[in-house]
Amino acid sequence: MEFFHKVTRFPFMSTRKVWYGLSAILIVSSFALVAVRGLNLGIDFTGGVVVETNFPKPPNIDQLRSALAKAGVTQAQVQAFGSSRDILVRLPPDPNAKGEQIGARILDVFKTADAGVKLQRTEVVGPQVGQELFVKGAWALVATLVLIAVYVLMRFTLKLALGAILAVLHDPICVVGFFAVTQITFDLTAISAILAVIGYSLNDTVIVFDRVRERARLARKLQVAQVIDESINQTLSRTLMTKLVTLLVVVFLLVFGGETLHGFSAALVIGIIAGTYSSIYISAALALDFGLRTDDLLEHKLTKPEEIDGLP
Amino acid sequence: MISYPRWKIALVAIVLAIGIFLALPNLFGEESALQLARDRAAVQASDRTDIQTLLESKSVKPTGAFLDQGRLTLRFATKQDQLKARDIIAEARPNEFTIALSQASRVPDWMRGLGLSPLKLGLDLRGGVYLVYQVDVAGAVKQLLDHREQDFRASLRSARVPYQDVQVDYPANRVRVLFRDQDSRDKGRVAILADNRGLNLRDVTVDGAAALELVLTPQEIKDRQDYAVQQNIVILRNRLNSPELAVSEPQVAREGVDRIAIQLPGLQNSAEVKKILGKTATLEFRMVDESDNPLEAAGTGHVPLGSKLYYTRDKQPVLLKRDVVVTGDQLTDASFQPNSQDGPAVSVSLDTRGAAKMLKNTEENIGHLMAVVFIDRSREKNAQGVDVDRTTEEVINRATIRGVFSNNFQITGVNPIEGRELALLLRAGGLAAPLTPVEERAIGPSLGQDNIDKGRNAMVYGMLAAFIFMAIYYKLFGVIADVVLLANVVLLLALLSLVGAALTLPGIAAVVLTVGMAVDANILIYERIREELRNGVSPRAAISAGFDRAFSAIADSNVTALIAGLVLWLFGAGAVRGFAVVLVLGIATSMFTSLMGSRALVQVIYGGKRKVERLSI
Repeated sequence: MEFFHKVTRFPFMSTRKVWYGLSAILIVSSFALVAVRGLNLGIDFTGGVVVETNFPKPPNIDQLRSALAKAGVTQAQVQAFGSSRDILVRLPPDPNAKGEQIGARILDVFKTADAGVKLQRTEVVGPQVGQELFVKGAWALVATLVLIAVYVLMRFTLKLALGAILAVLHDPICVVGFFAVTQITFDLTAISAILAVIGYSLNDTVIVFDRVRERARLARKLQVAQVIDESINQTLSRTLMTKLVTLLVVVFLLVFGGETLHGFSAALVIGIIAGTYSSIYISAALALDFGLRTDDLLEHKLTKPEEIDGLP
Repeated sequence: MISYPRWKIALVAIVLAIGIFLALPNLFGEESALQLARDRAAVQASDRTDIQTLLESKSVKPTGAFLDQGRLTLRFATKQDQLKARDIIAEARPNEFTIALSQASRVPDWMRGLGLSPLKLGLDLRGGVYLVYQVDVAGAVKQLLDHREQDFRASLRSARVPYQDVQVDYPANRVRVLFRDQDSRDKGRVAILADNRGLNLRDVTVDGAAALELVLTPQEIKDRQDYAVQQNIVILRNRLNSPELAVSEPQVAREGVDRIAIQLPGLQNSAEVKKILGKTATLEFRMVDESDNPLEAAGTGHVPLGSKLYYTRDKQPVLLKRDVVVTGDQLTDASFQPNSQDGPAVSVSLDTRGAAKMLKNTEENIGHLMAVVFIDRSREKNAQGVDVDRTTEEVINRATIRGVFSNNFQITGVNPIEGRELALLLRAGGLAAPLTPVEERAIGPSLGQDNIDKGRNAMVYGMLAAFIFMAIYYKLFGVIADVVLLANVVLLLALLSLVGAALTLPGIAAVVLTVGMAVDANILIYERIREELRNGVSPRAAISAGFDRAFSAIADSNVTALIAGLVLWLFGAGAVRGFAVVLVLGIATSMFTSLMGSRALVQVIYGGKRKVERLSI
């Protein structure tokens, strides 16, 4: 079986203004959404208390809320978590509340509604720890981006490298925008997912660029735009196939992985889609607009596979 | 012939064989077990044989028994046997072991002897409690300064050097001794240095008076902080190993500069454990100042020099001498005696230093009153939300010294609940610095099982989907890719078991993601082969070109993923690190299997044939 038997001839370069526009909209709206709606930061970052309980049959959430309020547990967010029988209670960090008691206290209140309720999970994160984790997470993102940029600069000519780096930046921004739209809890696993997306989204860009360099040597007479178009079209089947299979696996993670992995897998799905899009439509186009010429590619001959072994 | 050296094929086969062998322990599953630990000492091989014979004599036969890190694990075929065995051991050898119920792998003992062990499961999969404590390192430095102050006073007094005062300035990290004149300062220095060698005492003038000054260097402060964290780790381990708390496989580790992370797998109710862990209760023995009136001191607020005002439980003021006779850290053992002559008591043993001091003190002070001060530090937030340390110091007992004693004696005046806890705390040692809980995650066992099921389903279905897709889309080469992917998972499992990294739910997600990325590499190669075939290249040449040309793309894309994984490994904690570890190891195994394994398999299938007409791709 083969989906792409014939090499396609999509005019990616001549239509690039359209794709730039689309990306600009995505990026601007991501920033706007984060500014307006904000992210639903998890207790990993805000500090606070999360208590997960399991009821034998679906409880009335409003009733639970008022029961908690009556018992003096204020500012509690009560919501269903995954199924209607799993109830999650979230509390902001409270200097006077001792974590050790809060789980038991909430359980006691819930027992008045249904004696069969079970405590599944309690998480207490101090506000200071939350802040530290947030800072650490931000640094991890920056460090990854910088290291990857350095690597790309080592491997490609400046103009290609710039295109790749900007395309890589594009993807996590879209993922963060997605978190702002859906208000899915943004926590440490979300950061892991974003880092994985950054690491992974360069794959296709690299493949396209490898092909661009290879083609430039073989077809010196062609215009750069033409070389890029041909390269993208020639590698289109593998770009789409690899992402399709990875996406397939990640979708299973999204469907079967449960509520804990929900945000993580959703971030991966969005990140993979954004990554595929940016490596097809954006990265090479940017390099072209940075003034990439055939000469740039010829000076740097294709790196022989043997040389890669010595790289980090 | 497709040129692929034989030694590479052999290498792939050997690596895979080792991988399968290392991954083998994961096939055995778990059964009910008991874990025996001894307070402050390792369980010996002789204990193991004794207990085995004991159990066999009562016809409860363990299915396995092994010692690991000073703990004895006994496995049983059924839950009933497990519980029966616990009762038998507890009855036959009372108070000797901490007996915790747990689960243990059915891995045969010979395999365990080779150092093979199954994959560890993270707390989110097993259920359990994860605690992070912040060590008050500043408090530890304060304590050091306090000790110095007391040491200086003691040295000066025993050398009979007159001094005006010893002042501690915490923010400046210094201790100053004020003297009347230069002469006594010189004598004072000699006296202090005789007892405390190598101190860097400087001559200073404070408000015109001669003084000696000790300022802690940054290195000393850092050493003290490190010491406090390390010491607290040791003490927390001791506390967790007490028979009073039956915890199986507690893990205590330093995290960052001033944090301690504790993992307590399988633990469900953390309240009691936390109560014990965070306690800083300790004792001090001080002589009572019998020459001054405590009521007057309490009323006027004017406490005589060299004394300190305390209160008893029933709020009676007591004046005690500033000098401590013995502190809690000089205790070597403590046990609770519920029915001693004078009611509940804690009987204690002192180390040689403490015993010598106690001996000297009791000899000199027969007929005088000695007090036991109970000190409990707790940390609370005040109305402004700022941490404040509250120290409760109570005189729990005052008694006339009737005879000379040194290393063994009893403390009365405790209530039964307190006495039991005090004995545990004294035995385990006092914390070198107060602890504050900053993070706690408790996962119930049913949620853990739920997470395992979900993780397994996601993994199995996801992989199955990828396998089926590959086989349909790339035919024989797809099947080759599937075999290679399977090998990848086996190798990953082997590596994880080998390094002892715990598998978490995000870790399972990383396995799934790794499989997706490993598929990637195969697709890159196969698409390249197809492309070469379309260009009219012969099948053999197409295979060679496919593998060779795809190499740089595969390497590049994996390096970037590796960078992300390594950063995550360095920065992440807990579950996130679980993800990063699997991701990094998974990238390594998938590079190996896709590039070498897949090539070797293609060679085995197509290499033997003289002429390859067409490829099943």
